[in-house]
Amino acid sequence: MPVGVHIKENPAGFHRFDSAWTPSVIILDENGKERHRIEGYLPKDEFAAQLLMGLARVAFMAKKWAEAEMLYNQVTQGYPNSTAAPEAIYWAGVSKYRKTNDHHALGEVPKLLQQKYPDSVWAKKAIPWA
Amino acid sequence: MAVNWIKDIDSGLNKAKTEHKPVLVDFSAAPA
Repeated sequence: MPVGVHIKENPAGFHRFDSAWTPSVIILDENGKERHRIEGYLPKDEFAAQLLMGLARVAFMAKKWAEAEMLYNQVTQGYPNSTAAPEAIYWAGVSKYRKTNDHHALGEVPKLLQQKYPDSVWAKKAIPWA
Repeated sequence: MAVNWIKDIDSGLNKAKTEHKPVLVDFSAAPA
């Protein structure tokens, strides 16, 4: 559901979400709860990846594990050079684990991150699962 | 593809709840 707010026309709407800068894009779930925030300009592919991260987070928080995993995988497959890609691998693994309750789903994550994004913070976060 | 932006936040939130869809709120200060 796309909502466009110009902050000079609707400053109250801007402050309602504790926004501090433009452009800002906020992704909310169907109940209006914030699930993801993008502050500042991003190039097209980075922005698209972040939108998918937001939708994935909405699905994840709704415990729609299969949908979340699919959306995170769309980030890594569609935007492998984006800064969101390593985070998406991490959360795809978590989603798969929550879906299957099989800890092997987590064990694959550090291998993949070490292979593809060894310098990312997400590779470090996945170390305990190795 | 043209996007039909909703200008009122509460209208967007109500529509999202009814249609079980997430909401994207774009805050901009760019000239129209």
